[in-house]
Amino acid sequence: MTETENNKKLSKEDVQKVSELAMLNLDESQVEAFTPQLESILDLASELDAFDLDKFEPTAHPFGLQNVFRDDEIERVDVKQGALATAPDVEANQFKVPPALGEER
Amino acid sequence: MSQKTAVQLAQEIRSGSVSAVSVTEAALAQIETKDGEINAFNTVAGEQALAQAEAVDKKVAAGEEVGPLAGVPVAVKDNMCTKNIATTCSSKMLEGWVPPYDATVVEKLSAADAVMIGKTNMDEFAMGSSTENSAFGPTKNPLDTSRVPGGSSGGSAAAVAADYVPLSLGSDTGGSIRQPASLCGIVGMKPTYGSVSRYGLVAFASSLDQIGPFSKNVSDNALLYDAIAGHDQRDSTSIAQQHTRVLPHLAEGVSLEGLRVGVIKELSTPGVEGFEPEVLARTGEASDALLAAGAKVDQVSVPAIKAALSAYYMIAPAEASSNLARFDGVRYGLREDGGNTAAMMRASRTAGFGDEVKRRIMVGTYALSAGYFDAFYGKAQQLRSYLIAEFAAIYKDFDVLLSPTSPCVAFEFGAKEDPVSMYLNDWATIPVNLAGLPAVSVPFKTGAHGLPVGVQVIAPMLEEVKMYRVAKALEEASK
Amino acid sequence: MTIVVATTDRESVQSDVLPDGWEMVIGLEVHAELATQTKMFSPAQNEFGGEPNTNTHPVCLGLPGTLPVVNKKAVELSIRIGLALDCDVQRCVWARKNYFYPDMPKDYQISQYDKPLNVDGSLQLPSGQVIGIERAHMEEDTGKSTHIGDSGRIHDAGYSLVDYNRAGVPLLEIVSRPDIRSANEAKEYVEELRSILVAVGGSDGKMEEGSMRVDANVSVRPLGSDKLRTRCEIKNVNSLRSLVRAIDYEAKRHIALYDNGEEPTQETRHWDEAAGKTRSGRSKSDAEDYRYFADPDLVPIDPSDEWIEEIRSSLPKLPRQLRQGLLNLGANSEAAALITNRGLAPLVEETVAKGADAKQVLTHAENNLAIEGAAELDATAFADLVKMQTGGELSATQAKTVLADMVTTGKTPAELAKQHGFEAMDSSALEATVDEIIAANPDEWQKFCEGDPKVRGKLQGFFTGQVMKATRGQANGKLVNQLLQQKSG
Repeated sequence: MTETENNKKLSKEDVQKVSELAMLNLDESQVEAFTPQLESILDLASELDAFDLDKFEPTAHPFGLQNVFRDDEIERVDVKQGALATAPDVEANQFKVPPALGEER
Repeated sequence: MSQKTAVQLAQEIRSGSVSAVSVTEAALAQIETKDGEINAFNTVAGEQALAQAEAVDKKVAAGEEVGPLAGVPVAVKDNMCTKNIATTCSSKMLEGWVPPYDATVVEKLSAADAVMIGKTNMDEFAMGSSTENSAFGPTKNPLDTSRVPGGSSGGSAAAVAADYVPLSLGSDTGGSIRQPASLCGIVGMKPTYGSVSRYGLVAFASSLDQIGPFSKNVSDNALLYDAIAGHDQRDSTSIAQQHTRVLPHLAEGVSLEGLRVGVIKELSTPGVEGFEPEVLARTGEASDALLAAGAKVDQVSVPAIKAALSAYYMIAPAEASSNLARFDGVRYGLREDGGNTAAMMRASRTAGFGDEVKRRIMVGTYALSAGYFDAFYGKAQQLRSYLIAEFAAIYKDFDVLLSPTSPCVAFEFGAKEDPVSMYLNDWATIPVNLAGLPAVSVPFKTGAHGLPVGVQVIAPMLEEVKMYRVAKALEEASK
Repeated sequence: MTIVVATTDRESVQSDVLPDGWEMVIGLEVHAELATQTKMFSPAQNEFGGEPNTNTHPVCLGLPGTLPVVNKKAVELSIRIGLALDCDVQRCVWARKNYFYPDMPKDYQISQYDKPLNVDGSLQLPSGQVIGIERAHMEEDTGKSTHIGDSGRIHDAGYSLVDYNRAGVPLLEIVSRPDIRSANEAKEYVEELRSILVAVGGSDGKMEEGSMRVDANVSVRPLGSDKLRTRCEIKNVNSLRSLVRAIDYEAKRHIALYDNGEEPTQETRHWDEAAGKTRSGRSKSDAEDYRYFADPDLVPIDPSDEWIEEIRSSLPKLPRQLRQGLLNLGANSEAAALITNRGLAPLVEETVAKGADAKQVLTHAENNLAIEGAAELDATAFADLVKMQTGGELSATQAKTVLADMVTTGKTPAELAKQHGFEAMDSSALEATVDEIIAANPDEWQKFCEGDPKVRGKLQGFFTGQVMKATRGQANGKLVNQLLQQKSG
C-alpha cells in the first residue's frame, strides 16, 4: 500500500519490514494473520481522502497551548530505591544488558 | 453498603457517624466475595487502603479538616502509577512492576482523603473496547456475566457497577471511559483534554488520553472530577487555569431553560450503520426529555465525524508505537534472553505484548514510516484540525451536543473478533477525543436484552459545568 | 540530523592537500551541551561525571507515565547562541526521532525536525570568511554504555552497563552549511564557534569532556563545479587535531575512489585516532527510518519578540567584536585572537578604560596571563598594577610576578609588592646607584655622551643592565633612562 487512493495491497514483506522497525518477532503464521488485519485498518485511511484538508495545519494541542516551561531547578530522587530496584538486571548501579553487537552508534 | 452515594458516604465519614475503616472493610469484603467471578481487579491494595482509612478516621476523631472524598473507597485503573503498588497495564510486559512514584491523580486522591482500594483490570495498555485484551483474563459485566463490560476501562466500570466501590478512575483515549460506562449502566466522563494531569498515566496515545471518573450518579461523578482536575506543572499539556468546582452547580432543580442542544445527525439518525435501533430510540427519547425540561433542541450535522474513526486509527496507533517503544527489557518490566541487546529487546517485546498491542504498534509504525507519513499520520492530524474547527463553528449556535455513547448494548464475549468491527464501537466517542472536548455518558433506560443504554453529552472545551447540568437533567428524566 | 542544502556562493578553492583541480566541501554539525543546572526535560542535575545513574529522575529514565517539561533556561541559552550566530529565532515544534537503543531511555530522542528554533545564521571566521549556519536546534543527549569483559569469543561476548547520567542533558545542534573548504578552515570554525559559545555563556565548549562534539560531513568535487557530491559523515572526532586529520584523510580517500572509477557510499564513518583512518560505521540500511513526528507530550515554543529582544540586549560582545576592540587598542591580529580565545578581552578593555596604559595591558594579557582564573582578575587592581609599573614603582619583571600572584591570591598589587619587598627605590637612592655606575665606567660614559644615536642606544642598554644588576632588578628601567638622559645632556 503506497497510496491510499489506489488501494494497493499490503504485502507480507511490508508487514515483515514493519515488524523489524517495531522490534517484534513475527513467525510466518502471524505475518499471515496480521497482513489482512493491518490492511483493513489502513483501508480506513481512505475515508480521509473525501476531505480537502490542505488548508488545515496539523493539530499540536486542541487548546492551542504553547510556551510551557519549567524553571531550571534541581529535584533529587533516590534512584537506587526507585528505578534500579525494579530493573531486570543491575550491576554496579548500572543497567546491565547483553552486548550491543553490530549496533555501534 | 454501596447503596449510599459517594457524596453521602463522605458526609457521614466526615461527621463521624460511619468510620472510614468500616466502609473500606465492607468494600474489601465485597471484592473478596464477588471478584473471583467478575475479575475487575488486578491488585487489591487492602493493607494500604486500611491504613489510609485509619488515617482519615484519626483526622476525624482529632477534629481536623478532612478532604472532600473523606474515606470514600476509589478504584484506580491499572495504568496509573501507584508508588509501592504494582502497575501492570494488564500486560505481561509490566507484570509485577512497582512504580517508584505516584501519578498526579493518585496524589490528588490522597490529598482529598480518598481510600485507594486497588488497581483495576483493563484492555492491555488501554487498547480495546471490551477488556478481553487483558493478559490477566477478561472482566465480566456485573449485569450479565456472559457479556463484556466494555473497555478499555472495563475493570473500573465493573467495580462501580458491581457495587464494590462508589467511585473509580478510568482513562479515555477513544471512548474507554464512556463506552464501558454505557455498557455497565453507570456514569462515565472524559474531561476536556488538559484539565486532568496525565503525569503518571502510562501513555497510550498522548494527544488523546485523558483520565476521568466513573460513578453510579452524576453528582458523585462531579465530586470525583473536582478532586482530580487542575493544572499540573509536570504535564506540559495541562491547561494552566484554576479549576472551577462543578458540584456546587448541580444542586437540585437544575433548569435547562434557554439551553440550546444539538443532536448529532451523523450519530443518531435512524439507520446509521451499526447502531442498534433501541440505542437510537433512547437517544431520541433523551432529546425529548431535554426539550421537556426547557431546552431548545435541534438536529446538527458534523460532517467530519465520518472520517474521525479513520483519523483516530492513524493517530492513536502512531503515538502508541512510539510511546510503547520504551518497553524494551532494559530498565523495567519483562526481559527475555537474547544474544545481543537488539535480540533481547525483540524477544522481550514479542513475549511481553499481546496481539492487539502488536497490531497497533505495527499500524502506527507503518503510518509514521518514510513515504507514508503524509498519506496517513499527517492527513489524520489535519483532519483533526478540521474537526476542531467544525465543532467550534457549531458551538456558536449550541451549548451542548447529544448522541448515543455506544452503537450497542453490552455484547457477548468473543462477539467481535475482527479488529475493525471492534473499532466501530468507538464511532461516537472518538470525535470527542480528537477535538479535546469534555463528554459524559449517562445511563438512559434500557435497550436490547434489557441491558442499559448510555447517551453522550458533549460540551465545548472547559464547559464541564454545562455538560454535567444536562447530564443531571437526563438522569432525573431516566428515573 | 542531515539536511541537504544548496551551498552558498563561494569561489572554488583549490585544496592544499588534494591533487590539482579538486576542492573540499565540508559541513560541520556541532553538538554543544548547554550550561544549565538541570536537564532538558527533567529536573535531574546536569553535571559531568558523577556516580552512575545518580543524576537521574523518573522523567529522564523514561519511566512509564512520566512526561517531559521544557527547561526554560535551556531555551534561553539556545536563543542566545542563535542570536550570536545571527540566526532567525522562530516558532519551533518538538519532534520524536524513533530508534531503539539502550542508551536512550524512551527509545526515541526528543529533538526538533522540520521546525527548529534557530535558522539561517552565519559565523565569520577571524580570516573574514563567512560560513553559513543552516540551523541550530535543541535536543536531548543519550546515556552511555560501557562494554565489559569481551574476550572476543562468541560464547563469552561480554555485556554492557548503561549509565543514564548524561541522558536528557540539553544539547544545541549547530549545523553549518557546506561552506567550509579545508580542514584548517574547519578547525577555525570550531574554534570560533567555541569562543562564541563560551562568550555568551551557552556552553563550556570542552571538547575533551564531550560537552562539545563535532561531526564532519566531507565530500570533494572538481574545481568550478557547483554540484555537491556524495558525502560521508565522520563521527568520533574528539579533538581539533583529530578533526583536521580526519577531514584530510577522508577527502583523500574520496579522491582515491574517484581515481579508481569508484564512488564513495553515503554513510557514517568513525575516526580511528590510533590508525589515522576513518572506518565504515553502520551502513544506512533499511532499518534506519526515524519516523519523526511532533511530540504529543510537548507543545510548541513561540518566543515573543519581547523575549528575543531582551535576550539580544543582554548579549555580551562577541569574539569578533572583542578582537576588533583589541586591534583598536593597538594589538596585532595574532595577539588579539590569542587574548580573545583566553577570554581576556573584556578584562583588557575594562582595564584600559580605567586609565591603564594600553600597550602594557596588552603585553601582560598576551605574555603573562596564560593562567587559570586570569579572566576573573579585578580590572581596577590590574589597572593599579600597570600604573605602578608605568609610574616606575615596579619593574617589568616585578610586575609580572605580582600579576601572577594577584590572579592566585586576589590581593592588591600594593600588598603583593610589599610582600615581595618590591618597594620602589626612592629616586635619590637610584640616582646614587646610577652615579656609581657612571663613575665605574668612564670610557663608556664618554662614548655615550658623545656618540651617535646608534652607539648611544647600545650603551643605554649597557648602563641600564648594569643598574639593574646592581639593584637586583628593582630599579625602574624607564626611570634609569630618564636619569641617563638628564646626566648626559
